[in-house]
Amino acid sequence: MNVADKKRLLREMLFARRFEERCYEAYVERKIGGFLHLYPGQEACVHGVMEAARPGHDYVITGYRDHVHAIKCGTDPKAVMAELFGKETGCSKGRGGSMHLFDVEHRFMGGYALVGGPFPLAAGMAKAIKMKGGDEIAICFLGDAANNQGTFHESMNMAAVWNLPVLYVCENNLYGIGTRIDRSTAVLDQYKRVCGYGIEAAQEDGQDVEKVYAAAKKAVDYVRSGKGPYFLELLTYRYRGHSMSDSNAYREKEEERAWSKRDPIIILRDRLIEAGELTLDDYKQMDNEILDEIENEIIKFAEESPEPKVEELEKYVLAENDPWVKGGVN
Amino acid sequence: MAQMMYWEAIRRAHDEEMARDPLVIAMGEDIGVAGGTYKATQGLYDKYGPERVIDTPISENGYTGLGIGASFLGVRPIIEIMSVNFAWLATDQIINTAAKVRYMSGGQLGAPVVIRSPGGTAHQLGAQHSARMEKVFMGIAGLRVVTPSNPRQAYGLLKSAVRCDDPVFINEHELMYNMKGEVPDEEYFHPLEGSEIAREGSDITLFGYNISVHWCLQAAETLAKEHGIEAEVVDLYALNPLDREGIVASVSKTHKAVVVEEAEAPVGVGSEVMAILNEDCFFELDAPPARVSAKMVPIPYNRALEKAAIPNAKDVVAAVLKLFGR
Repeated sequence: MNVADKKRLLREMLFARRFEERCYEAYVERKIGGFLHLYPGQEACVHGVMEAARPGHDYVITGYRDHVHAIKCGTDPKAVMAELFGKETGCSKGRGGSMHLFDVEHRFMGGYALVGGPFPLAAGMAKAIKMKGGDEIAICFLGDAANNQGTFHESMNMAAVWNLPVLYVCENNLYGIGTRIDRSTAVLDQYKRVCGYGIEAAQEDGQDVEKVYAAAKKAVDYVRSGKGPYFLELLTYRYRGHSMSDSNAYREKEEERAWSKRDPIIILRDRLIEAGELTLDDYKQMDNEILDEIENEIIKFAEESPEPKVEELEKYVLAENDPWVKGGVN
Repeated sequence: MAQMMYWEAIRRAHDEEMARDPLVIAMGEDIGVAGGTYKATQGLYDKYGPERVIDTPISENGYTGLGIGASFLGVRPIIEIMSVNFAWLATDQIINTAAKVRYMSGGQLGAPVVIRSPGGTAHQLGAQHSARMEKVFMGIAGLRVVTPSNPRQAYGLLKSAVRCDDPVFINEHELMYNMKGEVPDEEYFHPLEGSEIAREGSDITLFGYNISVHWCLQAAETLAKEHGIEAEVVDLYALNPLDREGIVASVSKTHKAVVVEEAEAPVGVGSEVMAILNEDCFFELDAPPARVSAKMVPIPYNRALEKAAIPNAKDVVAAVLKLFGR
């Protein structure tokens, strides 16, 4: 990864951080409703992995903590914010909300709110890729707690037995909602859990985007070359609660402090400063530009966008005017 | 027009659709090498190979989800779930994903999967292999539910379901795979909405679907021969959406109605049809409509108890006579 790429990644991760922080404020202001699961702390995971993959070409699917994944795939942040505001200009036309962002044009195949639901969907997309003969891969991002669902085991087995081009990325942030991993899960190293299915797997530091990139490069190359599925575990931490309705009281302050010292943005920033490639002033200017863009373009767009029409409540339930519904003789 | 069995009709629809479109695939437990528990995919493994006729592990929610994910990218999976009792395990992917993805993506992404599964009570299969599950699926927005009562419908509904862009659940029946009937020689696409008049009549409407259509037809014969009552039998092959207009049209003619279902009464086809009658043709009714339904019990193993739990043509006749005050 060259210096320009690193600086771009730093900017993207800082943008993701500020975007999510602004979502927090908008939620408190009641501009955003429902459940809101924020990404700060985990930015290196999706950025490092997608840097090694092909955003907009490879098919990506994830859970409900999905804003940054969509943006990294190429979704316009304005359309993401508009979706959170429930607007017609949102990437799911205001019908999805925070947990159900979609942008099929950029092959972001959605955020899903049933923990573990995307595991088989990703395997299915990989099956389709294989049938159609493309060089895309399917990438599924989920948290550690999803691995306690039956879909995890069912999907790992099918992905392995049918040699499907799917990369499973486990963002292990140590908590399933409010329950610490060692209280819910028998084996703490998640990558070891796929050994029973004969799947290639690795574990990497999820706070250092360069390490994530290197590990993901290996994983992506493996999957794209047709060798079968791969499971990449990234050790990470979310700075906020599971969702906005989470008081976060279940975590030790000492643990939070320790992880805050491993902030993915600060790690990359300081490394660039140390190498003489960036100054603190550059960083501050970058930050100000981002804050300005979020406030004056993204929030403004979301605020000013129209609501969906109530008359269109029942649109999109079924396909429109599907001729086969009427049957007939061919 | 050729006579063929229900299973042969389903097999023919698979074969034609798979021959036409290389992205149509079949998946399910034992459907490939073994040819399918009900023979609905017999011979297709040899013809289309393991990539398109897929023997799945016994992981209903997993392989249903896999089929749905493949459909996102244009594959058209026909998923056989060996028994609706096992489809309970796949309700997460069917309901949470397939039925909702078009809506929650604002129309960007659809899940054009077909899920076929036999429900119903067969021969002493016990409580966990005798479920009738249509009542669960017919109340779900975004999911079409159809249920063929004869080989022609079994063929034509599957043909249309494969081509339709919506997810379609086809509720078959364990006891009906060997039923014979006429199927058009040319390609035939049965509508996924509406209802059919299986027997014309003027005195009362009997509503049935899937196997209960046959109980209604038997009852109608008895009623005509022995009691001089001409019953119309309406076949509700589409359960979501239900054919509100067809239901109202028939009762507006006969002014009396009995709904016959193999499932337990609460929250089912019968209660929905009753609601439609109340809402849309209350003043057309000459007598309170009645339901003939299963008893509210897990299906017992014992043959006599099993028979007592499930309605039959005699129960339909009795309900009609009671409604006529005889």
